Amino acid sequence: MTSSVATTQHSPPPSKKRSRKQIPTLALVAPSVIVLLLWMIVPLVMAIWFSLQRYNLLIPENREFVGLGNFVFILTDPALWTSIGITLILVASVLLITIGLGTLLAVLYNQDFFGRGIARVLAISPFFVMPTVSALIWKNMLMHPVNGLFAQITRGLGLGAIDWFADLPLLSIIIIVSWEWLPFALLILLTAIQSLDTDQLEAARMDGARPLALFRFVVLPHLSRAIAVVAMIETIFFLTIFAEIFVTTGGGPGLATTNLAYYIYLKALLEFDVGGASAGGLIAVVLANLVAIFLVRSVARNLDT
Amino acid sequence: MANKNSRQWLITLLGWLVAIILFFPILWMFVTSFKTEVAAVATPPQLFFQPTLENYVAIQERASYFNYAWNSVLISLGATVLALLLAVPAAYAMAFFPTSRTKGTLIWMLSTKMLPPVGVLVPIYILARETGLLDTRIGLVIIYTLINLPIVVWMIYSFFKEVPKDILEADRMDGATTYQELVHVLLPLSLPGIASTALLSIILSWNEAFWSLNLTTYDSAPLTAFIASFSSPQGLFWAKLSAASTMAIAPILIFGWLSQRQLVRGLTFGAVK
Repeated sequence: MTSSVATTQHSPPPSKKRSRKQIPTLALVAPSVIVLLLWMIVPLVMAIWFSLQRYNLLIPENREFVGLGNFVFILTDPALWTSIGITLILVASVLLITIGLGTLLAVLYNQDFFGRGIARVLAISPFFVMPTVSALIWKNMLMHPVNGLFAQITRGLGLGAIDWFADLPLLSIIIIVSWEWLPFALLILLTAIQSLDTDQLEAARMDGARPLALFRFVVLPHLSRAIAVVAMIETIFFLTIFAEIFVTTGGGPGLATTNLAYYIYLKALLEFDVGGASAGGLIAVVLANLVAIFLVRSVARNLDT
Repeated sequence: MANKNSRQWLITLLGWLVAIILFFPILWMFVTSFKTEVAAVATPPQLFFQPTLENYVAIQERASYFNYAWNSVLISLGATVLALLLAVPAAYAMAFFPTSRTKGTLIWMLSTKMLPPVGVLVPIYILARETGLLDTRIGLVIIYTLINLPIVVWMIYSFFKEVPKDILEADRMDGATTYQELVHVLLPLSLPGIASTALLSIILSWNEAFWSLNLTTYDSAPLTAFIASFSSPQGLFWAKLSAASTMAIAPILIFGWLSQRQLVRGLTFGAVK
């Protein structure tokens, strides 16, 4: 135990010797900062500019400054609010499923059993499948109402077939996205569990703690940081789910699976309404930031920088 | 003892059951790719059948498949190389010569990931059109580089942080220049970290669908767009779709299997060890 103290590295104070290096240092960071700054600011400024205009690519000559007109129009469009609601439902339910199940599975795969390495590799595989492919597999081969495997199984059991994308469209999307991301949560949480001090677990077990209590009071607190990281990264991706919807339901039926990303896509590339889409895009930026600020803050505090 | 034994059995059973359930859609796709189109949609599903390679042959014959695959390779590698070229110097400077602004810069970089793509879809689309980058590989390379750059910087930064400072100090005493230090000492030491960073960047670029679907039509469209074209009703050939999908995901799946350990560290920026 004492050896770890002795070998602890104390990084030398960064200043002093740095004068010789100061210019290179700045020059080394600058390229990354500049391109990211451009990537952030240029499109945002353009979006703000477009959002203040009537600008439809089909009738470009009819372009004029309309002030906040686009925002008024968009914010009073019930479809926008539906899509925001769907976005939030989608994010929250997939987060809940992947983190909840991911934690349980991490505990399971932390146990030693025959062929665990292979089983784990199989279990995390969906994470590497591109979203367009996974959407197509689920849509055509599993959830298809006539030939899909699920339909064949339920019919075989005499239950009839479920037309997943017509009857339970949002649930279908939630299932697909959860399948893609459960492996990610499992992978991260499993790694976190493996770093748990076994002595501590053993001590608690000696004191007569039951498995459930061990999980609740030892394992879960240990995982809190990993869970925060998973939640943050997943939220970034879930707020902008697109390919799965594009390939399966196209946002329908009606607006049942139109999330904010898809709503803006419809405005921009199908209605060619640049002004409206830009206004919607800015609303998406605001929403993402509201959700993200809180998450990044809580996670960034934990990161070792 | 019997109790412990049955518990062991239960865990093994559960572990494998979960693995097979999660892997099943991929397995089913893989199996279907060796069926004839008739067998692929047969009711009830055929578990035993005469495997055929005709779907793979058919996909090969659609010469366009290789156009898409080649685009995927070029775009993923291009974006990864570019991101590494930008990120390595930045991560080096921030890891070894931190200033009071370093932490803020890092968090700001990550925050650019929060910018939802749809929020800037229209401006980027118009910019790409005006600059002639619409439906070009260069256009996607630039965008994927920018999308992945924050994560690449973070990952390399966290790997550089683990390199013992003494080694670099000793080298500097011997009069090594910044360039020598970076190329001859630091890069060899952190090669595994940089490799796993590159791997993740390739995986993310390979699978990215939003920009590829919206900014490409044919010339520069990668496999994500190719596969999406199967979603139209006339494209509904399950066995061929399965073969094409298998070919589209196989390289990345194998990459992922081989690098899963390192990926975790990278994905969480070293916050989860």
